Amino acid sequence: MKVNDVILRTIVKGVVLIILTLGVYLFFSGHNAPGGGFIGGLVLGSAIVLLYITYDIETIQRKMPFDFKKVAALGVLLTTGTAIGSLYFNVPFLSQTDGYFQIPILGEKHLTTVTIFEAGVALTVIGTLVTIILSISEDD
Amino acid sequence: MNNIIVLPLIIPIMTAVILVFLRRDVVLQRIIALTTMIFVIGISILLLQFIQTDGILKIDFSGWLPPFGILFVADSFSILMVTTSSIVASICLIYAFSTIGNRHEDMFFYPLVLFLVAGVNGSFLTGDIFNLFVCFEVMLLASYVLIALGGEKIQLRESLKYVLINVVTSWIFLIALAFLYGTLKTLNMAHIAQRVAEVGQDPLITTVAILFLIVFSIKAGLLLFFWLPGSYTVPPTAVQALFAALLTKVGVYALIRTFTLMFPLNQEVTHTLIGIMAGLTIIAGCMGALSGKDVYTISTYNVIIGVGFILIGLAVNTEAGISGAIYYLIHDMVAKALLFLIIGTMVFLTGETVVKRMSGLIQYYPLFGWMYFIVLLALIGVPPFSGFVGKILIGQGTIEAGSFVLLAIGFASSIIVLYSLLRIFLASFFGETTVSEEDKKPIPKSAMLSFILLTLSIIYIGVGAESLSPYVQDAARTLMNPSIYIDAILGEGL
Repeated sequence: MKVNDVILRTIVKGVVLIILTLGVYLFFSGHNAPGGGFIGGLVLGSAIVLLYITYDIETIQRKMPFDFKKVAALGVLLTTGTAIGSLYFNVPFLSQTDGYFQIPILGEKHLTTVTIFEAGVALTVIGTLVTIILSISEDD
Repeated sequence: MNNIIVLPLIIPIMTAVILVFLRRDVVLQRIIALTTMIFVIGISILLLQFIQTDGILKIDFSGWLPPFGILFVADSFSILMVTTSSIVASICLIYAFSTIGNRHEDMFFYPLVLFLVAGVNGSFLTGDIFNLFVCFEVMLLASYVLIALGGEKIQLRESLKYVLINVVTSWIFLIALAFLYGTLKTLNMAHIAQRVAEVGQDPLITTVAILFLIVFSIKAGLLLFFWLPGSYTVPPTAVQALFAALLTKVGVYALIRTFTLMFPLNQEVTHTLIGIMAGLTIIAGCMGALSGKDVYTISTYNVIIGVGFILIGLAVNTEAGISGAIYYLIHDMVAKALLFLIIGTMVFLTGETVVKRMSGLIQYYPLFGWMYFIVLLALIGVPPFSGFVGKILIGQGTIEAGSFVLLAIGFASSIIVLYSLLRIFLASFFGETTVSEEDKKPIPKSAMLSFILLTLSIIYIGVGAESLSPYVQDAARTLMNPSIYIDAILGEGL
């Protein structure tokens, strides 16, 4: 039986965009304001899960051909990589650094290595979340 | 900068993640996993030397001074444990190469083992009790997957029980942490010790200590071991050996650390309780080992007897008792790994688990049979093998403390261990062989290599006890004088 879900599909197209924007906003607002990699990752992951629920798994997997287990692994690698990077600079493990940089067009920006760490957290959360949901849905 | 201390935790995690990307390339996975473990062994031996010259090492993560930040502490006790567990884990990996099968290797077996090792090493190294909880969870999550991997019916049943019990235990652990934080307002282990020493161990703190005792007893298999015999028999042999050698020992380590460093003041309650629990554990373990008809039951109950025996050393709390406990802990990790690998191989060779149905194994596999005999002698405590020094020192500790009941129970258990294991030796290794010459299966070369390495370790711990003794003495001295540990952590901070 083919489900008639035109309304759902149309709305989801817009809503996913809003959720993704919110996720990115939360991710970047982190570490000085509420937000950060974990929450940002959860919101981004929920957008992907919403896509999987609305459309079928095959369609989404054609458009996003990622193995989400590997996305999670990449995230952990990024996080541990920044943590262990401090060994190279001979400062305590997990040390982070930041600085203000003059970037063309954007102007002066505050850049931190915590952002890379948080990006790893976000990727791990997205990967784990989607893997869990997909594993549950695969059982018939 | 002592960044080297985090390497036993972070290197296995990073390689485990890299191995996820190499899922199909099993040979490369094997090589990388083993290289990582050898690297970790090297690092920990190096650390052991550093501690002898520089005293206790610590690393404050991202420079946050204690008691505010999380830190890793390396003293002789923790690094001895890290070294032993890494050696045992790498030998179990060697065994797994030829026996675990492609289905496991394909389903992230090696990354999981590395995560398990990372969790175990983290638990040994951390100096923050909440971080101990986190490292416990890393170790447990890996063990949940390892116990269920394979998907047989019995595995599903036992792993469900295992997960449930451990989730509940972790929950009690969290509650205990909350109470601890509520009463002492700190989670740094050295800082907790300092505050307990300042305000004295009042009944509230003793109650919190008993909560921790319950949590770690379930993890260690001290008295509350009802989950252990079932769940340790279902996974593949290499995983069984890893569990038997490492998991309960982390609980034992946590008990020793908690009750020598943090809550040492109300010994009439806590240490008496530990003593009673250890005695009952040994008695119950002996009953199990005597009543067991199959090799798995006998060997898992031997794990329980071992745990009880080690904690006699903690219960009497004298320097001799504690150093005996450390020796015995090291011995028990190696010997139990070898016992489980040999038992698992016996089941693999004969296809039987019941002792009486196996016979005459020694005719086809003489070296294998005599190595079982060596591990048997080591577990009873016959010199020159590894169990001897530990048993003598724990015995000395009980005499010093006047705990003759524990002494009697502990040494009587040796006879039960002898009987239960000798029964396997006489029935399964001697006698008429039931398998014909053509039908006999060869023991894989890498399995044989792992047996030989573990047997050599047992002989080394026994014969070379002298070379280990400076490290063990330093470890026992630090445990008996918590001020050394506290000063090393908080000396510059507060």
